[in-house]
Amino acid sequence: MTAPSATLHRSAAGVVPRGARPKTLTAGRIGLIVFLAVSAAYVLTPLYVMVVTSLKTMEEIRLGAIFALPAAPTVEPWIAAWSTACTGLTCEGIQVGFWNSVAILVPSVVFSVLAGAINGYALAFWRPRGSNLLFAFLLLGAFIPVQVFLYPLVRISALLGVYGTLPNIVAIHVIFGLPITTLLFRNYYAGVPIELFKAARVDGAGFWRIFFQVMLPMSTPIVIVACILQVTGIWNDFILGLVFAGRENLPMTVQLNNVVNTTTGERPYNIHMAATILTAAVPLLVYFVSGRWFVRGIAAGAVKG
Amino acid sequence: MRPRRQIATGTIALLPVWAVVVVAYLGTIAWTVLISFTGSRTLPVYDFVGFAQYERLFGTSRWIVSIGNIATFGVLFIGCCLIIGFLLAVALDQKVRAEGALRTIYLYPYSMSFIVTGLVWQWIMNPELGLQRSLRDAGFESFTFDWAVNRDMAIYAVAVAGIWQASGLVMAILLAGLRGIDQDLWKATKVDGIPTWRVYLSIVLPLLKPMIVTAVVLLSVAVVKAYDLVVALTRGGPGIASEVPAKFVMDNLFERSNIGLATAASTVMLVTVLTALVPWLYAEYFRGAKGHG
Repeated sequence: MTAPSATLHRSAAGVVPRGARPKTLTAGRIGLIVFLAVSAAYVLTPLYVMVVTSLKTMEEIRLGAIFALPAAPTVEPWIAAWSTACTGLTCEGIQVGFWNSVAILVPSVVFSVLAGAINGYALAFWRPRGSNLLFAFLLLGAFIPVQVFLYPLVRISALLGVYGTLPNIVAIHVIFGLPITTLLFRNYYAGVPIELFKAARVDGAGFWRIFFQVMLPMSTPIVIVACILQVTGIWNDFILGLVFAGRENLPMTVQLNNVVNTTTGERPYNIHMAATILTAAVPLLVYFVSGRWFVRGIAAGAVKG
Repeated sequence: MRPRRQIATGTIALLPVWAVVVVAYLGTIAWTVLISFTGSRTLPVYDFVGFAQYERLFGTSRWIVSIGNIATFGVLFIGCCLIIGFLLAVALDQKVRAEGALRTIYLYPYSMSFIVTGLVWQWIMNPELGLQRSLRDAGFESFTFDWAVNRDMAIYAVAVAGIWQASGLVMAILLAGLRGIDQDLWKATKVDGIPTWRVYLSIVLPLLKPMIVTAVVLLSVAVVKAYDLVVALTRGGPGIASEVPAKFVMDNLFERSNIGLATAASTVMLVTVLTALVPWLYAEYFRGAKGHG
């Protein structure tokens, strides 16, 4: 009986009360606003520096005013970064890495999310023998540093004759994506009433039928979360792409690092910063578009469901 | 009751993931540990040398520096991210206008890769044209901020960049925790006249413990994996001043043809992580957890 009155009280106040809520502009309130504003400015500074640097000419950059707005903004560095920036011997721009990353990203995300959904569903509802053990191993896989697995995986890939190819890097991303996607779906399905599953069983539906016709259609939220997590994670990957993608398929992060850190002579900082923004653009876009979903993915990854 | 046929389907559906676990996780771990007890250099050879690689490892100054660096980086990175993240979360929880926009701003660095983070900060910390130059030109002539190229300070430069990237993560996790706290708490403490800061420190902070643990776990994973950030920002330099274990392993595996030494180093990393992780995983996921009832 307390619930309705609480609701009434809250709606009367106009908003749900939450935390301490001073109404006047006290000294503490001003301090709070200053703190929030200074923090925001600090967090935004690197992004600001990247953007203004990428719009300057090298003559202007040599003047040394890193925080100044560009006197005569130019998009030349962006064009150069995209199409003519050099990595070692070749000068085809960061676009090569961009398309490589896209080619790696799409199959890796599709396969790892689908595999995670099937595993999570099997673990949550069917619980075949050894489920707990499997889950424990998967968790370990999520936390153990990748260096422990790398060398044997290189040898196995070489034995299979796929080392340094696109299928190789995709398979590696799926392997290392399995723990997090399985965990997400298992936790999500753990919150689905078991009666739903039992009813489908009584109706005679089997493993795959329940998965595709009952569970998957109600999994949209967690599929979105898993996709966001995998898209940003795989796009931002450096070490796996460096080791497994091979010379022809190096992802954008690896190429960016080569562009910037192998330059000899004077560094074209404007081109470098333009290339850096271009590399960050995909995850930034995903982040700004997805908003709360992104946060949900972060929390869901490590919190028990 | 479960018909036998369908239990089999569940088992078969999990066969691929079992294969991945057995071959790609457990098998590779075993192989890595095995190689670490051999004298392998360019290719694995199985001439067992006992703990010789481990003795060599701890006699290698690059490794000793790496361990010291990861400890410094870890303490600073986790500590500062927690403090900054907590302050931001509490500040955002005070019913401020534009909360949504501020939250988005604080968290955006976390969506970017460590490579991007490292390269941006390398540019900001550029001694000739970066922050140092700007402040000197503005009249602070003795201002010095050369961390990225200073032997004694390079690892702190890495920490600054890492903290910038990950503080928002802690903010997001703790803010979610703050929103889950029973609102009657605030009424009760108000009636009792307890100052707000006291409530946060003595009541709210302990209530947030599960979220703090989550944040610490996520940050610790990032610390152990620290490789891209160092590669992009300092390339381990100047000299070996900002080397870290993950980079030590990578360099010895793929550039220095020291497989035995590299696998010994990664085995040390593995044992360290397992020691810290297994009790937590057990407590978090298995103690009393039964899944569906």
